[in-house]
Amino acid sequence: MSIEILNSKEIENAITRITHEIIEKNGGTKALCLIGIQRGGVLLAERISRAGSIDEIGSLDISLYRDDINIKNEQPVVRATDIKFSLNGKTVVLVDDVLFTGRSIRAAMDALIDFGRPAKIQLAVLIDRGHRELPIRADYVGKNIPTTFNDTVEVRLHGHGSKDNDSVILIRGNSK
Amino acid sequence: MLKSKHLLGIKELTPEEIYHILDTASGFKDVLMRDIKKVPPLRGKTVVSLFFEPSTRTRTSFALAAKRLSADDVNFSVSSSSVVKGESILDTALTIQSLGADLMIIRHSSSGVPHYLSRSLNISVVNAGDGSNEHPTQALLDLFTIRSHKKDIKGLEVAIIGDIAHSRVAKSNIYGLTKLGARVRVICPPTLMPAGLEKLGADVFHNIDEGIKGADVVMALRIQLERQSKGFLPSLKEYFNLYGLTGERMKLAKKDAIVMHPGPMNRGVEIASDVADGPQSVILEQVTNGIAVRMAVLYLLSGVKQ
Repeated sequence: MSIEILNSKEIENAITRITHEIIEKNGGTKALCLIGIQRGGVLLAERISRAGSIDEIGSLDISLYRDDINIKNEQPVVRATDIKFSLNGKTVVLVDDVLFTGRSIRAAMDALIDFGRPAKIQLAVLIDRGHRELPIRADYVGKNIPTTFNDTVEVRLHGHGSKDNDSVILIRGNSK
Repeated sequence: MLKSKHLLGIKELTPEEIYHILDTASGFKDVLMRDIKKVPPLRGKTVVSLFFEPSTRTRTSFALAAKRLSADDVNFSVSSSSVVKGESILDTALTIQSLGADLMIIRHSSSGVPHYLSRSLNISVVNAGDGSNEHPTQALLDLFTIRSHKKDIKGLEVAIIGDIAHSRVAKSNIYGLTKLGARVRVICPPTLMPAGLEKLGADVFHNIDEGIKGADVVMALRIQLERQSKGFLPSLKEYFNLYGLTGERMKLAKKDAIVMHPGPMNRGVEIASDVADGPQSVILEQVTNGIAVRMAVLYLLSGVKQ
């Protein structure tokens, strides 16, 4: 069973609100940069960047920093990390589509620290679905939704041209 | 995505597996460009290198690759080991496995040694050169370098010049290039041509000018000076006159052709200095790419459980 939780209009509103909160909390866009986590966070970071004219934006691949790398049966695919500016002294807003166990965010913070020493790291997510396994919380949340552990949340963002097709879908898993 | 936990040769790989290694290597190339050139995926793993033949660049390249991935890297020195006391290769390898190694990198002067060991070991075996058979990571780094300059390997004309009979680099490259759809021309004196070369799918030339004409990639191989006593060549000077890669000859290749050499180079024997140091040369890039490709190999192999 799958339910649409957010439609394109609601997603647009959520992105606008997150953008305003980021700028308000940091008193402008000075020394501010956005880092989208591969792959779900990259498009979202681009949308926030455009909405708030936050020009410094990059993407981060966390596959080499995952904590399940020795447990999974196959190595995760290594994707490109693209950060063309120094992170030293910056306020970095990590951007991801869904916040779940918090393990990706832990990996992302470790990866970021290897690039430099940001003044602050903040976290923006479109969906917070709960079930944290680490002491991590988001600074900016588009929408909190209650889920069971086995549910799947799919954020379907599209490029600039076809925003009208955006949606967030909740697919119910087998509850135990 | 890799089917085997060993890397024994390019012969055993599918085109998809080759592309997967090359794609993974580009991620690691990015890592090598950073200030902090170290990532954690092989933390707690141990890589042992076991080299029965002299090697500086391959061994150093593997050692750096292992360190960049946060693995522990141990060099098993053959000359000071129990091998000189008469221990068999298999016993040595089993001992290293019992010491707790996760991956073993092996070079040996006899073809097939890595294959033989892989059948008895539970840990991953990486072939770093076995006799005149294969040198798979060299071919992978060559393919990676070609791809970074030529977008698509399919349809390229690649000329390989030199001692094909003794060259595991040539063999691995012929396997790899033909699997990815390039056409390979092999240029060598008749005395240095192995039997059955055409069966690998390469065109054979004994005249360098004909072979180089219109090539996209020109790869010169090292003339192995240590084999000169066997009378394959009248003299090194004559070899240079007939088969040396000179600036004049490079004009016959495509304008945007690249020049490659697996090293170590004998300047003035198989390649002229002005070509080796010239604008078309990607020889030093090959060295850097070698670390990225070996990181990809170690990373991917350590994920194969079977």
